[in-house]
Amino acid sequence: MSASDNMPIAVITPRAKPLLLRHLPYFIGAAIVVALAATMSFDGYILNILMQATTFAIAVFGLSVVLGLCGQINLAQAAFFGFGAYAVGIGTTDFQMSYWLCLLAGCVMALVAGAILGASTLRLGGHYLAMVTISFQQIVTLVMINAIWLTHGPDGVGKIGRPALFQTQQSYLAFCVATLALIGYFVWHLPDTRLGRAMRAVRDNELAAGVAGIDVFRTKVYAFAICAVLGGLGGGLFAGGFAYISPDQFSFAESIVFLTMSLLGGVASPIGSAIGTGLLILIPEWLRFLKSVPGLYLAIYGLSVILIIRFMPDGIWGFVNVATQRWRAKARVHAAGPPLQLAPGKVGGEIVLEVTGLSKYFGGLKAVDNVDIAVRRGGVHALIGPNGSGKTTTLNVLSGLYHATAGKVMLDGTDITDMQPHLRTAAGLGRTFQNIRLFRSMTALENVVIGAERPGNALVDTSEDALTQRAMSALAFVGLGLRANELISCFSYGHQRLIEIARALAANPTLLLLDEPAAGLNSSEKLELHELLKRIAAQGLTILIIDHDMTLVSEAAQHITVLNFGRRIADGESMAVLRHPDVVSAYLGTE
Amino acid sequence: MDLALQLLFTGIGIGAVYALVALGFVLIFRATNVVNFAQGEFSMVAAYLMVVFAVDLGWPYWVSFLCALAGMALLGAIFNLGVYYPLRHRTFLPVIIATIGASILMANSVLAIYGPQPQVLEGWFETPGIQLGPVYLDSQYLLIIAVTCVLVAFNYWFFEHTMVGKKLQATSQDKEMASLLGISVSTMIMITFIYSAVLGGLAGILVAPILFVSIQMGSTIALKAFAATIIGGFGDVTGAIIGGLSLGIIETFGAAYISVPYKDAFAFLVLVLFLVFRPQGIFGERVAEKA
Repeated sequence: MSASDNMPIAVITPRAKPLLLRHLPYFIGAAIVVALAATMSFDGYILNILMQATTFAIAVFGLSVVLGLCGQINLAQAAFFGFGAYAVGIGTTDFQMSYWLCLLAGCVMALVAGAILGASTLRLGGHYLAMVTISFQQIVTLVMINAIWLTHGPDGVGKIGRPALFQTQQSYLAFCVATLALIGYFVWHLPDTRLGRAMRAVRDNELAAGVAGIDVFRTKVYAFAICAVLGGLGGGLFAGGFAYISPDQFSFAESIVFLTMSLLGGVASPIGSAIGTGLLILIPEWLRFLKSVPGLYLAIYGLSVILIIRFMPDGIWGFVNVATQRWRAKARVHAAGPPLQLAPGKVGGEIVLEVTGLSKYFGGLKAVDNVDIAVRRGGVHALIGPNGSGKTTTLNVLSGLYHATAGKVMLDGTDITDMQPHLRTAAGLGRTFQNIRLFRSMTALENVVIGAERPGNALVDTSEDALTQRAMSALAFVGLGLRANELISCFSYGHQRLIEIARALAANPTLLLLDEPAAGLNSSEKLELHELLKRIAAQGLTILIIDHDMTLVSEAAQHITVLNFGRRIADGESMAVLRHPDVVSAYLGTE
Repeated sequence: MDLALQLLFTGIGIGAVYALVALGFVLIFRATNVVNFAQGEFSMVAAYLMVVFAVDLGWPYWVSFLCALAGMALLGAIFNLGVYYPLRHRTFLPVIIATIGASILMANSVLAIYGPQPQVLEGWFETPGIQLGPVYLDSQYLLIIAVTCVLVAFNYWFFEHTMVGKKLQATSQDKEMASLLGISVSTMIMITFIYSAVLGGLAGILVAPILFVSIQMGSTIALKAFAATIIGGFGDVTGAIIGGLSLGIIETFGAAYISVPYKDAFAFLVLVLFLVFRPQGIFGERVAEKA
């Protein structure tokens, strides 16, 4: 990690084609499929199966967003599907409204219901979400059966209308396939967008996502709402296709069918969703005799869920993906960025971080007790103390993972005491973790791009190219520019630490918090780390470092604060502090 | 007033069943950090076992009862080995999905064997109940309340005053440390699953004479019990009991004074209200993840 690594590296730059042109084959393929659906002659039975597969696939795409991308569970997809179906069903018959209006209304209803449900539950752990969505599913079924004045109860709704443009079964199918292709494009492309990256980050590591500047809660609600709206859309199309709906088509059992489709094909990708949907619609058709015994069919679904989860967690598509990895084209090559520029914000005065009277109690335990810290601009400030002295707790309060019991934290003139983690990051705080928290299913570059996306990062606009370039610069700065496209799992522990630092640097923070960066590094890696800290400090970025390595601390830091039993026992210029008798006795004991 | 007293009694009886299932939820959650979504199916399967032994085979009630509980212990063990144990090192999401799969499997296997027709199971006592002033005390409800009281006392004694109970607590608090101290974590988890399955089964057998024995009874009971654990505070034993009782009372009064068809919706409403305004429940749960 010498200075020369920071020079621009010559990497083959493929000429970037416009996005639409690159994706043209997809649209041509989709157009051909739509044309086939519109013109080929099917008998009624095949037509019905295709119609069911198409509309179900849209709902399963929704699950691939919420479960595959964002790692949240939804066991009420059939209820959202039912919202769309009943909106179209009741709307076009009892209310004689336009099909399009009804379809829109169904999607909006699903969206609103999904957003409300998500907003009330997604702050909590995943098992709450599972139970609440099951409950919601049961309630919706109850209403469908019992609110006879509205839903016609168990009799269902018949003679459902279709748009004037697509009156025949075949043309309507072509319309559904076209919609499916559009939604498929959206879901396929989503992981590479800002929102999609945020969802994957939340799935991989919620805490780190928050600290990297992502609004975790909002991202989850978006994912959930997208899932719900796709459910509603699929249901609306389904109602038009079959012209008759009844409550049992939208029961909890159907939600499980959707889930099984998604898991079987591979939850992470729309291709997997399509495979899973197709298989689970076709297989039961082949095995019709199973349907003669009530329950047997769903019992097999239940068993398949257990077996898939255990033996094929990534589904069929995930399995194929791994098997064919060797033959597929290598990942895109990215041009190296210019040397990394750090331009820390300079709003406030001489003191960048001012902590006054900070306390954090856990019940009766005073982990941090009335601590003052003042970090000067442009220097390296170290926070040290024996094990259990409250260092990491302090850092967690500073970055918003814990709520302070008392005290005030000012960052560059902004009061951040009561802010959520992602807002502190937006205000200019960057941090790394003692136990590395990277997004493990992503490449090094993607991890660092998420850092660069920090709201309030004035150095880059939000264009994809600028973000990538910024991330490449940050990776080059820590000496890993040539390995940008490798997955996190390919890197050694020391290199993962560097990627975490690069992620924080790409955000161009005003203050960088480093939580025991030297922990677990060997002696040559420690030297490199020391070099890196010097280069960061040389660009004027203020660092607050926690570490046990006294050599590193005494050489790198100009100013040291010492904690013991949650209280500040010394503070000042480093050499003086290290000779302070209280500090010596705290570390070495008294005679 | 008389009606209210009567409803209160019925509510406590139904609530006691929720409390028992909720207790099973909490025990498994504390031991494995996973919510077992098949907990309600334990109750359903046990009720069907009772139907098989006591009605179809005509065995004496208490023999059938013991055999059903033994069957539940076996089911708990199989459940642990087949569903939870192979996934114990994965994150919670796959485990949750697997338990949901198991719940679907159990409910529909019973459906495939027994058909959709609900079954009837007689109560334990010949006498239907006693009149106490204005309130009619149904004997089955009295039995449920009595058994719940005994079990709560047993639970307390078992976890606080026996060595196995202490080992179970140690395992639920820190698996690694427990295994370093020579506690067999896999045995402890096995015991937890067996105990929870028996608890759930007991609840199912007790409630069966009041409700019909049906495929749906498992998921209905599980939803209520889960709502009860949230109301009480997730992971808290006392909370599960108080939550179960209050939910039973709320639901009974709601059905009497507001609407019968939507009786099952009250649990959900209370659940959402708690999630929004007091997600940590009455007794609170430690939620923060350590950085």
